[in-house]
Amino acid sequence: MNRIDAKFADLKARDEKALVCFLTCGDPDFITTQDLVNEVVRSGADIIELGVPFSDPLADGPTIQASSFRALQAGATVKGVLSTVKSIRKTCDAPIVLMTYFNPIQKYGLERFAGDAAEAGADGVILTDLPVEEAGEWKSAADATGLATIFLLAPTSTKDRIAVTANMASGFIYCVSRTGVTGAKDQVPADVRALVETIKGATDLPVAVGFGISKPEHVAQVTEFADGAVVGSALVSIIAEHAAGDTIALTGEFVKKLKKGTGSR
Amino acid sequence: MSEKQTTLPDELGHFGQYGGRYVPEILIPALDELIETYNRYKDDNDFVLELDYYFKEYVGRPTPLYFAERLTKTLGGAKIYLKREDLCHTGAHKLNNVMGQILLARRMGKPRIIAETGAGQHGVATATACALFGLKCHVYMGVEDMERQALNVFRMRLLGAEVIPVTSGTQTLKDATSEAIRDWVTNVADTHYIIGSVVGPHPYPMMVRDFQSVIGRETREQHLQKEGRLPDYLMACVGGGSNAMGMFYPFAKDESVKMIGIEAAGEGVDTDRHCSTLSLGSPGVLHGSMSYLLQNEDGQVQLTHSISAGLDYPGVGPEHSYFKDSGRATYVNVTDIEALDAFQLLSQTEGIIPALESSHALAYAKKFVPTLGKNETVVVCLSGRGDKDVHTVAKALEVSL
Repeated sequence: MNRIDAKFADLKARDEKALVCFLTCGDPDFITTQDLVNEVVRSGADIIELGVPFSDPLADGPTIQASSFRALQAGATVKGVLSTVKSIRKTCDAPIVLMTYFNPIQKYGLERFAGDAAEAGADGVILTDLPVEEAGEWKSAADATGLATIFLLAPTSTKDRIAVTANMASGFIYCVSRTGVTGAKDQVPADVRALVETIKGATDLPVAVGFGISKPEHVAQVTEFADGAVVGSALVSIIAEHAAGDTIALTGEFVKKLKKGTGSR
Repeated sequence: MSEKQTTLPDELGHFGQYGGRYVPEILIPALDELIETYNRYKDDNDFVLELDYYFKEYVGRPTPLYFAERLTKTLGGAKIYLKREDLCHTGAHKLNNVMGQILLARRMGKPRIIAETGAGQHGVATATACALFGLKCHVYMGVEDMERQALNVFRMRLLGAEVIPVTSGTQTLKDATSEAIRDWVTNVADTHYIIGSVVGPHPYPMMVRDFQSVIGRETREQHLQKEGRLPDYLMACVGGGSNAMGMFYPFAKDESVKMIGIEAAGEGVDTDRHCSTLSLGSPGVLHGSMSYLLQNEDGQVQLTHSISAGLDYPGVGPEHSYFKDSGRATYVNVTDIEALDAFQLLSQTEGIIPALESSHALAYAKKFVPTLGKNETVVVCLSGRGDKDVHTVAKALEVSL
């Protein structure tokens, strides 16, 4: 059983929801990313999303754009990300999902990437700019290795698209809370609940809500109806604002607060 | 090849392996709506008549196909004709596409328009059409380009548009396009994004090509009238490639007509300061479609350079990639210095100051035309006028104004 499926099954059995934490791999460097992942998992994160930096991240807001830029400046490459995953796997058993754009993956080679990512110990992949129509070749490559392909659904998705996408997805569905790019926001839009319910009507896969989820109360709010909450920019901005030494402790403290929102209720 | 070519792109926007829709899920319904709207209206009588009306009365079409007699004599080879898109309202071919898209935006009931711009020509064209129809207009422009094209920034503001400076990445057209897409992802409900070239996700490469094809259709008719036959060569500069595709597409089935697209070699293709995507790139995805792309081994998009802001882009329209692979068109490149030289040549032989973008096509004509026979003809697409570039050229020639 894929680690993602096992994790959601385990959480369900304990009447808990998933806290999914996003970090850009290689920001500020690969060693710190390893330490951060270990700390975030110790502090309660259930699933880790590792961003593979891309030069033109058009679905990301300023926080993650800057983070990707720092990682690339520090020399991050796709190969480097995969060896970081391998190192993390030695000490950490949490599901790891790689999140990126299509271009770095197609340049690396779809089959080669799927093979190397699975071998390194990744469990799933999110390709932000790859809608279902273009995903056939990737999906075959991923399926052959057991990697889950996580698709995004948005407030603009029609019922038909939700059905088609849900049918092709594995691992979980990433439900985008609002139209827009990634980035911290003050409030969770009220209509997310209806969207999550529509998606749940179309699939048995777990649904995690992301984009703008930046506070413990947001996590609590969306995990009332969703199976998980994804926090990205709020974590990444801690890295941007503090020196490496403080970052790890501060990130851990923040994740502990976030995790309280997903507890058994 | 003819039958195959007229049916492209396929329903999902593919030109062979190129094109498609590589965008965040949020945008798919907006693209679907645009495809549906475009398909409904492209052959609709009222829409066609309305677009013809604005082409004629507002844009100033048809533009002349001008026989450049002194340039022809100077170069001493084939007869050179210039398709005078520089005489379009706002000074470039860009308004052809903008008029088409803005009439669609009105039919979709979108009150807000966004655009990206490099040289500022597409931004000015968009700001112009928004003023004409009373629509709100936001134009994204890289800070480096705002400096290079200060005149166009002021023109856009005079026209009532808001110019939004883009400070991310290379601060040029690539990043302006990314920012415009991010805006569209956020405000998709009330906003139409007018992409300025034959790039982006389906249906843009097809739709922009169709609106720009007025250039090639007129050229065809005018050349037949003047010469009693089709031209031997078509030449046009290629950044994203909209003036070139507009010129080429109506001749795609005429195998006797040879097509040459000219890219910017910047400081030289043996340096890392160029933007010769089709000559030196490899297939990749940027801004929503698969096409040739200047990228490193790790799939990161490379920095580019050209003296011409309108060509300074690491991608290219997917149909150009298809034409390159199929051999239907040939793609070459010329340097900043060669373009500057052609800029002056046309100014002094014909009294026409060309845009730096178009100067790239002229620079290749200057090299190539002398190798042709006097009975052959070459049409160069003069895609824009050079007023906007006078400062850049003065600086490059070390003249203080």
